[in-house]
Amino acid sequence: MPVSENNSRLVYAALKNCGVRLVSALPETWLVHLIRMADDDPEMILVRLAKEEEGVGISAGAHFAGVKSAMLMQNHGFLASINGIVSMAHLYKIPLLMLISYRGTHGERDPWQTQGGNVTERTLQALGIPYEFLDDTAAVEKKIRQAQTLAESSLQPVALLLMRDLMWEEPSA
Amino acid sequence: MLRIDCLRAIYNDLPDALVVTIMGATAAELQSLGHRENFFYLQHAMGLASSLGLGLALCKPDRQVIVFDGDGSILMNLGGLTTLARYAPKNLVHVVFDNESLLSVGGFPTATSTGSDIAGIARAAGIPRSVSVNTVDEFAQAFRDALAVRELTTIVAKVEAKGPAVYVTDLALLENRFQFSRFARR
Repeated sequence: MPVSENNSRLVYAALKNCGVRLVSALPETWLVHLIRMADDDPEMILVRLAKEEEGVGISAGAHFAGVKSAMLMQNHGFLASINGIVSMAHLYKIPLLMLISYRGTHGERDPWQTQGGNVTERTLQALGIPYEFLDDTAAVEKKIRQAQTLAESSLQPVALLLMRDLMWEEPSA
Repeated sequence: MLRIDCLRAIYNDLPDALVVTIMGATAAELQSLGHRENFFYLQHAMGLASSLGLGLALCKPDRQVIVFDGDGSILMNLGGLTTLARYAPKNLVHVVFDNESLLSVGGFPTATSTGSDIAGIARAAGIPRSVSVNTVDEFAQAFRDALAVRELTTIVAKVEAKGPAVYVTDLALLENRFQFSRFARR
């Protein structure tokens, strides 16, 4: 599978380095290595979800308990989480570190991902959620640390969009 | 059976627990018995009280966590029951007050009024213990049993569709949130 294991490891190490100890996730192709790394790590609590919005509640519980968390989801999972984001995370000032695989952008081969790609950033903007792109291995550690710092200081959701150039390695011909 | 009588019957069993309620009548009634810093009233985000309880229970395994849920709320997050069952924290008691109604918004009947059985759904989702009760005594007994056995339990309490006269209090949402969080981190 051409999902980049090396770059997934960079992302995972950055999450660990900024103190994340709980990860909620709903599997999607680009996230397979990240979820496996969390599952294999005795220091990490991995919560596999039935639907992404549950992750908002779980991260709120973790925050109340003083545990730093992250949410791994696809952009369609982000779209499925909106009410939880608004009526729990925004209403109650809960920090969320959301790592969202940004499907449906340039290079997308799966027709079913393309509509979500069209609306992801505008939805983040409409919700007032600060976001950055993770597309360059050299910036992964810094951007994750900065996003986590902002989420904790502002007590609000912050998003990192996992981009194709980071997560996907086209097999050589 | 009235929900407030159930809450009154176990109020003195809650001093150290992390208690999460749904919005509306459940929040107002528990608060009317006397607010405590370990009570968090989730005044929106319907469906997520059980997920919040799961996050607390997993991150604070040495603390007792109690969720007071409702039929309308859990019906919005039935998938969450499978997540609860998957991790089955021993320190979580999940109470569902089932009045077969969306009482706080005018009393519209939920699917439990036409036969959907939340205790059965919880059991089928894999929750290790799931019971349904119809009297205050049964409720209090089931609640204390659940605390004692230390195994994830869903208690469905069939209550009347009656709530308090007043739903809004002078406890600001964020005041409640920060007070609760400070208690949870001790």
